Amino acid sequence: MGNFDQLYQALTKVDGFIYPNELELRWSVLITLYPYITGLVAGAFILASLNRVFNVKALKPTYEISLLAAFAFLCVATMPLISHLGQPQRFYEIMMTPHLTSAMAIFGFVYLWYLMAVLLLEIWFDYRVDFVIWSREKKGLLKLVYKILTLGVMDTSPKSVRTDNKLGYIITVIGIPSAFLLHGYVGFIFGSVKANPWWSSVLMPIIFLFSAMVSGIALVLFLYMIITYIRKQKLDMLCLDTIGKLLFYILILDFTLESLDQIHRIYEAGESFDIISLLMSKLFFSLTIMQVLMGTFIPLAILGFFQFHKPKEKIRKAAYFIISILVLVGIFFMRWNVVIGGQLFSKSFLGFTTYKIGLIGREGLIMSIVWIIVPFIILTFLLWFLPPWKKAHIEDK
Amino acid sequence: MPKQLTRLIIVFLIFISLFLVVRHFLVPESFYKFGHYRADALKDNEDHQVKYIDAAMCSACHTDIDSLKVSGPHKNINCQTCHGPGYLHVEDPSKNVLIKPTERAFCGKCHSLNAARACNIIKQQDIAQHNIDNKCVECHNPHQPQP
Ligand code: HEC
Ligand code: HEC
Ligand code: HEC
Ligand code: HEC
Repeated sequence: MGNFDQLYQALTKVDGFIYPNELELRWSVLITLYPYITGLVAGAFILASLNRVFNVKALKPTYEISLLAAFAFLCVATMPLISHLGQPQRFYEIMMTPHLTSAMAIFGFVYLWYLMAVLLLEIWFDYRVDFVIWSREKKGLLKLVYKILTLGVMDTSPKSVRTDNKLGYIITVIGIPSAFLLHGYVGFIFGSVKANPWWSSVLMPIIFLFSAMVSGIALVLFLYMIITYIRKQKLDMLCLDTIGKLLFYILILDFTLESLDQIHRIYEAGESFDIISLLMSKLFFSLTIMQVLMGTFIPLAILGFFQFHKPKEKIRKAAYFIISILVLVGIFFMRWNVVIGGQLFSKSFLGFTTYKIGLIGREGLIMSIVWIIVPFIILTFLLWFLPPWKKAHIEDK
Repeated sequence: MPKQLTRLIIVFLIFISLFLVVRHFLVPESFYKFGHYRADALKDNEDHQVKYIDAAMCSACHTDIDSLKVSGPHKNINCQTCHGPGYLHVEDPSKNVLIKPTERAFCGKCHSLNAARACNIIKQQDIAQHNIDNKCVECHNPHQPQP
């Protein structure tokens, strides 16, 4: 039996007074991954769109990488949610009988809209001509697959390419607000929980959005450097510097917004403020060290320095690589602090519980690592299947 | 209209109709009948086997235990809290025998030391210290546990 052994053990996790149902965290590390991965998608896509809509030529080498990365991560974005469910095999039911008052059901449609009407279309318009060319060059099954993907539009004339570009442009223009919607919506799901003072803030969607951009840009920076290294090509320094500059600006915005949120809380000093200030000290490692110091201050300092003084290429390359990792880790901890932090304190505002992540099991560490690795595997496949460096350049005059 | 668009529209129409077909089969039959839920769920709940029974029923046959229990500190605890659901037992006592929880851990569920509970409501005992060589029921009659 040993029921009371369990109870004794559980009670060692508690600090102060909490309600019985607050002992175990309902939303585990998987729910941390969900906004994290969705953010990477939105961020990478927004970077791709900047290239296209605002015609930032310097970002060209990363355009397809951003699109494919966004797609690879989008394929996995809902998996942490689904594996968190008690009955994962019933996940589709939310889409079959959706309810307008269900934030999660609406997320399903926002997600589908973004996947089908934006991302896939943009990739298709970008690659259609190449599908045609590859379907002529390749043999066997691959030939057939490329042929199907052309949807029977076999025209490779400059005029048809122009049409592709025009339509792709329209999709991008629709895509930017859609990407904002996708990730703003994830922030909204948290920000609208009015019972939780750590989440309930109208700034939440905007903060999520900007941190999404930060992480997406860092992801593309990281991927671009890795892919170029593996392909033994030369890195385009102008491209790196432009991404670095962009990252710098967005990181400032993101940090400002988050500070604004906190300052607002501190000044407002509502009834929940005592517990929240204690919470911040409980989150010392994940908030102060990982999110603020490693994920924000150090990258900001280095990137800011680069805006005034550019050291040797070799140093810059190394710095960009480290920064991309720091930012990616930092944003992960930002999600962690929101999701896990928001469940550590009691609704009585008088006590805390603790979260200990298990190793195995459906919500354990291994499962989370799997969902982080799978997108990279998908991306590797996509880069083989749709290699950006083998794209045809049909002059469009 | 460019060929690309016509093809995409066809693909989307196929996709949407596929979704509608799939949805047609996956929406549970009685959904939306009374509202945004499965009407059959009401029937399912209705059909659940009854497990518990009114505590007064136990006293009808086990008069001795009941009269012992009403005078003791466990008087407010339902028999089925300790012996488990009794509906089937009442229907046929010889076939459906109830459990008799005699392990020390069982009494510990309510009586073990627990900092989160007020100690003047249910008397607490350090299970790891209090007369560890015997079962609780050897000294305390569970129906009248006053030592
Ligand atoms: C219809 C009369 C009747 C009712 C009502 C009844 N019991 Fe019994 N109970 C019996 C009989 C007869 C036995 C002895 C059965 C046997 O040993 O084969 C018994 C045995 C038991 C035993 C002992 C089993 C054992 O292993 O020694 C427990 C415990 C028990 N009943 C609990 C309850 C509880 C709790 C209730 C109320 C939910 C209840 N009974 C209602 C007739 C009844
Ligand atoms: C605090 C928990 C508890 C409650 C409440 C309780 N019992 Fe028991 N009961 C026990 C335990 C433990 C035993 C086993 C005693 C033993 O084996 O020495 C037992 C034994 C019995 C037995 C077997 C005969 C006997 O005396 O050993 C019957 C019959 C019985 N209980 C019926 C009842 C009925 C009827 C009620 C409600 C009026 C009831 N019990 C309430 C814990 C409880
Ligand atoms: C469902 C919870 C529960 C279970 C199980 C339970 N008890 Fe109790 N017990 C109580 C309550 C409630 C009281 C009355 C409040 C009090 O006086 O502590 C009580 C009172 C007592 C007392 C009298 C304390 C005093 O001096 O006032 C003793 C002794 C006792 N229980 C022993 C036992 C034993 C032995 C068992 C295991 C067979 C047991 N209890 C199982 C809830 C429980
Ligand atoms: C060897 C016999 C014996 C055993 C076994 C035993 N007790 Fe006791 N228990 C007593 C005596 C005697 C007292 C009264 C003196 C005392 O308070 O220590 C008592 C007192 C209690 C009290 C009341 C304490 C109070 O403050 O009034 C509770 C509750 C209790 N026991 C629960 C249990 C539980 C639960 C178990 C099984 C884990 C158990 N006992 C096992 C003999 C026993």
